[in-house]
Formats: sequence, structure tokens, C-alpha cells
Amino acid sequence: MSMDTTKTSLIVALLASMPFTVVHAAEMRCGAGMKMDDTKQNTSESSDSNMDMNMDMNMQGGSAPPDARDPHAFSDGYTLENLDPSRQLKLMDENSFGMISFDQLERQDTDTPTTTYMAHAWFGRDYDKLVIMAEGDVVNGKVEESMTGVYWGHAVATFWDTQIGVRHDGGIAESRNWLGAGVQGLAPYWFEVSALAYVGSDSRSALRLEAEYEMLFTQRLILQPSVELNAYGKSDAVNALGSGIADVTSGLRLRYEITRQFAPYVGVENKKLYGTTANMARDMSLPVSATSWVAGLRFWF
Amino acid sequence: MKSRHLAPSILLPNASRRRFVQGLAAGGVVMSMPMMNRARASELAASGTAPELRGTEFELVIAETAVNFTGNTRMATTINGSIPGPTLRWREGDTVTLRVTNHLKVDTSIHWHGILLPFQMDGVPGVSFKGIAPGETFTYIFKVKQTGTYWYHSHSAMQEQTGMYGAIVIESASDARRADRDYVVQLSDWTDEDPMRIFHKLKHQSDYYNYYQPTVPDFFRDVSRESLSTALGSRKMWNEMRMSPLDLADISAYTYTYLMNGVSAGGNWSALFRRGEKVRLRLINAAAMTFFDVRIPGLKMTVIQTDGQDVEPVTVDELRIAVAETYDVIVEPQDDAYTIFAQSMDRTGFVSGTLTTRAGLNALIPQVDAIVSLTMGDMMGDMGGMDMGGTSDMGDMAGMNSGAHGGMAMDHSKHATSTNPASAIVRHARTEYGPSVDMRVDTPRTNLDDPGTGLRNNGRRVLTYNDLHTVGGPMDPRGAERELELHLTGNMERYTWSLDGLEFGQSTPIHFRYGERLRVILHNDTMMTHPMHLHGMWSELENASGEFMARKHVIAVQPAQRVSFLVTADALGRWVWHCHLLFHMDAGMFREVVVA
Repeated sequence: MSMDTTKTSLIVALLASMPFTVVHAAEMRCGAGMKMDDTKQNTSESSDSNMDMNMDMNMQGGSAPPDARDPHAFSDGYTLENLDPSRQLKLMDENSFGMISFDQLERQDTDTPTTTYMAHAWFGRDYDKLVIMAEGDVVNGKVEESMTGVYWGHAVATFWDTQIGVRHDGGIAESRNWLGAGVQGLAPYWFEVSALAYVGSDSRSALRLEAEYEMLFTQRLILQPSVELNAYGKSDAVNALGSGIADVTSGLRLRYEITRQFAPYVGVENKKLYGTTANMARDMSLPVSATSWVAGLRFWF
Repeated sequence: MKSRHLAPSILLPNASRRRFVQGLAAGGVVMSMPMMNRARASELAASGTAPELRGTEFELVIAETAVNFTGNTRMATTINGSIPGPTLRWREGDTVTLRVTNHLKVDTSIHWHGILLPFQMDGVPGVSFKGIAPGETFTYIFKVKQTGTYWYHSHSAMQEQTGMYGAIVIESASDARRADRDYVVQLSDWTDEDPMRIFHKLKHQSDYYNYYQPTVPDFFRDVSRESLSTALGSRKMWNEMRMSPLDLADISAYTYTYLMNGVSAGGNWSALFRRGEKVRLRLINAAAMTFFDVRIPGLKMTVIQTDGQDVEPVTVDELRIAVAETYDVIVEPQDDAYTIFAQSMDRTGFVSGTLTTRAGLNALIPQVDAIVSLTMGDMMGDMGGMDMGGTSDMGDMAGMNSGAHGGMAMDHSKHATSTNPASAIVRHARTEYGPSVDMRVDTPRTNLDDPGTGLRNNGRRVLTYNDLHTVGGPMDPRGAERELELHLTGNMERYTWSLDGLEFGQSTPIHFRYGERLRVILHNDTMMTHPMHLHGMWSELENASGEFMARKHVIAVQPAQRVSFLVTADALGRWVWHCHLLFHMDAGMFREVVVA
């Protein structure tokens, strides 16, 4: 067994546990509240025990207790279908919505003028969506490096969706295809995070973690720090990717929302290579760290 | 994280431009249908007042009509070519015939809000009837069995948002409370946007219209005023839960222009009086999404009716009118001019009009109040009175509002008192633990004397549900034979709204047994106030001790509040029950109710 395979299985194992870890962490446990039950009515209860503060109040997430109320208990067997087999009345919960969003469309201040895009689109209902994610670099009108994924996004918790789908990496020496699964959502303190693990042919594996945050200086002037990490289970020499953590990209973008849907921005981005990937770059006399100014547009419709 | 006041004009760069064009766009309806009834009662010398139709036979034509409320011409959905549609004046005991003709390209419907009638006449497509197809006429016929102020509106798609609403005034032969002047004051919200685009935007970014969000400078201001730990502490819970304490309305004046009788603030709807006269204002909130806080600086308002039902008169400075509620107030103006001021609950805008002795006079228009954050009480409820910081202002408020309670105390004894108040044991549905729900309240507030966020402790006497006492007590002396608990739920981040965590499409109908007297507990597991409207039957609000309060068709349930009401299931058939915030209803905060 090679080192690469070991790493692959490690990453897969790590990622397999991730959705649950993140979701679990997202459950709000508030120690400040007190449980009321019917103790208010219970006069035999001493006031001291009423003041008991160490009861957890679980206001978000969690799982239903066995005695949780049946939401259909009051239907007495009626259903929407048996009252109206044609189900004429449908509201927006049975309607599909969709959006296309260019989160970044920017010019990077590099030696060769580069345009990069990062876009996503979704289509579907509240809890099940088709999600498309695309990003890449365009140099001299040619897509140089791109990553395009199509996923089924499924809501699993208040702030969390699982994503399962395929990803195609193109514009590189040898294109790669992946099957991926992961989780995407909003962590406490409003961090947007996404973690996806991939497997490819020749027992390749990949991991991609992303996080971003928004700081409002005014209602329209918003600073967005972001970080993205890519790791691989196995070296891919043709594409100059080593095993282990390959690269970390950190960005800081300041946008002005002329409208919610249209915001120009300026920012700075640093991409740093690590480990074997960095060594490969050094062998090719390429820099292992690059910082560039960026200017672009964020828009959705 | 206390109150913050930012002038709306700073937040909304279009505000000054909008105000300018509002002055030009007083009229609203640009082109009217030829059959539009322009007849107006001679007393109503006010611009924008809806035409009035009387009698027992009514012809209503639904059509697209061009309007201009903002400087931009848009197509609205109108009834007989006006916004609001004509005011229908009915008489108790009459049988009315209403022929509604659809000149739209899509289906339409009219729901007679708060009216007791056979379910086939209730106007909910897919439940009461099939709806009215393009080119068709549907004839509604029913006997009028009540009196008071009501309203009517479309129950199809988003037509209520695009202008399809009007007032209903039902007179009784003997109205002891007849005033010298009688005006309908219908409040609403207008947007130039396609409501479905708004829906799309909210699904993508639910805080799209909220330009009052906590900022980094706010944080540092709090740090310097208080301390780092206080500033962090006050934000901790909100940030951990991913909730905004400034999430007061889903849709704001960023897109809305608020209207009074179809006239924007710039158009200044006005109504005439002579000094010494008693003026009755029939306030109707026909908005799709906006709660209004209404006051007339310089005048006390005596509330005599809500939702068409007479209440023991109670005098206040201000009242919050939930979407779809009505309040009839009597005012006795002595000066020449007063401003009727209706600000949106989220404090992003207002609409105002004038009560005056002479056309053309104006009174001072107040500033919109400072925005006030939601408190921990709005998120967590009562907490057994443990949260002194968060709810102390509510305590003060209760003290302030108790002024009129002395006079009310004796009224309580007249009303039937249930021996068994509503169950206080909170039972969340098992479907409240998934992605459709973003919070659950274990320790709800049950008091009715809270005027709600933004009105607490504001120095004015503000009406609360605790002040409402329907004349004559409950319609049915029976106590509750059965109890039904329903939780109001949603996920703001996903912009989903539901009951018990289930949107309409996932739900099963609720069965009321014909003839039973039933208690309904509404428990709000969200941070928004939801005006819950049960069709076809009265909702008889009670307080936490089971004492009857008021007979209503809409019960607004505040954040983290648990209220209960009794229903007599005397109307056979298929009905619906929903949050009357249009986008919440359409998102699925909706149930079918079967009385059988």
C-alpha cells in the first residue's frame, strides 16, 4: 500500500465524519435559559429549583424527543389528496425557484492579465436543489484552469445542506473528473462554510474546504474575508499537484452594494502552495506564494 | 445593542426622489376602466377615497390597470379600476349578490375577509371553489349575518400585493355609535417590483430588503459605551443562533411605498370634519406584509371595534394594526388639522394623511421613530422572569399601560371565565426538529399586555390585546371541549414558513368536529409577529387565565408568544387558516380546515 492510498483513506474517513461534526456543532445549546415545563404551576416546587439555571434549552436543531407531538394528530385521516384528488391548490413550497450568482468576476493584477470567475447557480425547491458551482481562470480569452461541479443539494438541518455530485477540472494538462460529497451551510457567528470530499479514477481523492465571512461597515460597504484549501490524497505530477495540502487561497474583498444584486469590489488575494505541490513548483522555478490585487463585480439575478 | 436611529433617507438613497414623485403621483390609478364607479358620498371630499357601492347587487370587474405611485408606471390588479377597490356598504340581514368578472389573463378570486358565509362563497381557489377563470363571471350570493368593518381581497397568486383589496362596511339598523363623520382609512403597501421577483430574491437572500443590520461600527460604539464583554455578550446568542435582532420585517420601504386609501404620503389623503364633531375612522390594514403603528398626534383615539366586533371603548394614543386586522376608532378633533400617521413596524417608512377642517391644511408630520432591536424576550419568551435585562422594559411598559386597566377591571367579571385555562405545557411537533425550523421556544410569553417591539415604553399609551373586551362576551358559553396546539414556524435563512415545521404541501388538513367548542393554542416559534387568520369562524381570544377577551378574525401572535382562542365549529365545509403575511402564506404557512 502506498502512502498515497493511506492518505486517501484518511481524507475520506475525515470527510465522511465531517457533515455530522459540523451539523452537531451547529446545534445551539444555550445554558443561559431555564426550563419551564409546568414548574410554574407547580407550587410545591421550591423557588430555588425554579431558579435552576443549569438546564439546557435546546432552541435549535437536535432530534425530536420520543413524545414529540404528531403534526398530523388533528387530521383524523383527512389528507389534501382525499379532499381534492386533483390537489388544485399549490403554494410556493411546491414551486421551484432559481438563481444565478457571480460571486466573483474579477481581474487579477498578475504578470499575465487574468480574469477569474467564481459563480454558482441553484434551481429547485426549498429543501432539494440542483446546485452548479463553477470557477476558473481565463487568460488571453482561454480558460486556463477551471473547476465545474453539479450537485444535488439536500437540506439536512436548519442551516446545513449536504451536496452530492460530480466535478470536472479542466483547462489543465490532464483534466480530471470527480465524484464528490460534502456539506455546505452557515456556521454559528455567520460563517459560510463548505467542505467537499472527492474521489476520482486511479484512487485519487481530493478535499476542498471553503469559509467566508461578511463584515458590514455600513449597510452597503461590506468586507469579505475568505479562505479556501485544496488537498489531494495522491500526487498528480502531470498537473503539478502533490499529495497532502496543495494550496491555500486567502482573500479580502471590499464591496459596495449599489444594490444587493450588483456590487463592484476591490481586494487582495494570496495563494500559497504547500508540501509536495510547493516542491513541484520550486522544481519548475515557479513561485510558491503569490499575492495580487483584484478588482471585480459581484452580481446575481 | 439598544436602539439605533438612522434617518431612513440615509439608508435609502431613493427616498428623497421618491418623496418628490409621490407628490406628483397622488392619484395612483392612471387609466381607469370605463365601468369604474366614480360616485362618491358627498361628505367624502377626499382624494383617493375609494368609490362606494351600496345595495344588494354588485358588479365587480377585475382587470389590469396602469398605476403610478412612485414615478414609474406599473400595471396593477384592480377591482373596478381603482385602488383600493370600491367600498362595499352592506346591511345586516340583506342577501347580497356579487358578480365578479375576470378580465385578467390569469385566474382570480375574491375572499370576503371576516364574513360568515357558506364555504363555497369564501373565495379560496382550490378549497372553496375552482377560482374565476379569465373571461368568466362568478356570482357570490350570501346572507349578511353581521355588522362592522371588514374588507375583501384576492386569494389568488400575489394579486393582493398588486392592488386587489377593498373595504366592506356593514351597517346595522340601530347603530348607537353613529359618528358625525365616518371614514374608511385603508392602509396598504405597494411595490413597483413583480411580487414573484421579490419571492425569488428572498429565497436567495432573505435579508435582501433589510438595510438595518448590525454593523462593525455599531459594535465598536457599543464597546466604547459599555465594554467589550458587554458588546460581545449582547451579540453572543444572536450570532450563535444566526438570527438578527433587527429582523423586523421581510420587506421594507426599500421597495414598498405605503398607501392610505390608495394615496402615498406625498399625495396626503385628507378627510374633512367640523370642530366638535365625532369622527369615526375605520382603520383597515390591507397590506401584504406591513404592520402599521398608527397615531394622530394631538388626538386620543377611542377604540370601539376590532375585526368588525364592538369592544368596550378604550382610549389610546397609538395602536399597532396587524396585517388584515381592522380597528374602528372615534376621534374628536378640536384644532384645524391633524396628521394620521402610520409608520411601518420596521421603521423604514410611513404613510400619512390629514384630518382637517379645510382642504389644503396640513399638520406637522412626525419623524419615523427610532428602530428598536428585538429583545431576548422576543427570542426566548418568558424565561420565568429570569432575564431582567431583556424584559425589564416590558415590565415598565406593563406599568405604563396599566393606566386604563382600572376602568377595565370590572368588565372582566362580566365575562365568562373558563375554569380550565389553556395548557401551558409546550409540546413541539416532531417535525420541528429539521431544516424547516430555525428556533423553538420552550418558555413562551403568555401575557397579552405587550404592545410589541418598537412600542414598548415609548411614552405613549399603546393599545394591546389586553385592552380588548368584546361587548357581550363570548358567542358561545361553552368552555373548551378539546384543545389543539399549533406552532408557528419558519427558517428565515431559507425563507421558509410553515406550521409545526410543515409547509402546506406536506401538511394534512385540520379537522374540526361540527358543533364542537374547541380551544386553539398558537405558539410562535419564530421572531416575527404572525397575524393568523382562520376563515369562516370567529377566533375568540382569551388570556392566559382562560378569560374571554375579544372576538377576532385575525390574531397576531408576537415572537415567542403563546396565545389561545376558542372556536365554535359551526360552519360546515372546507376552510383555510393561514398567516396573513402574504409571502408567509404563500410560502406554506397555511392549513386547510375541515369542519365535518
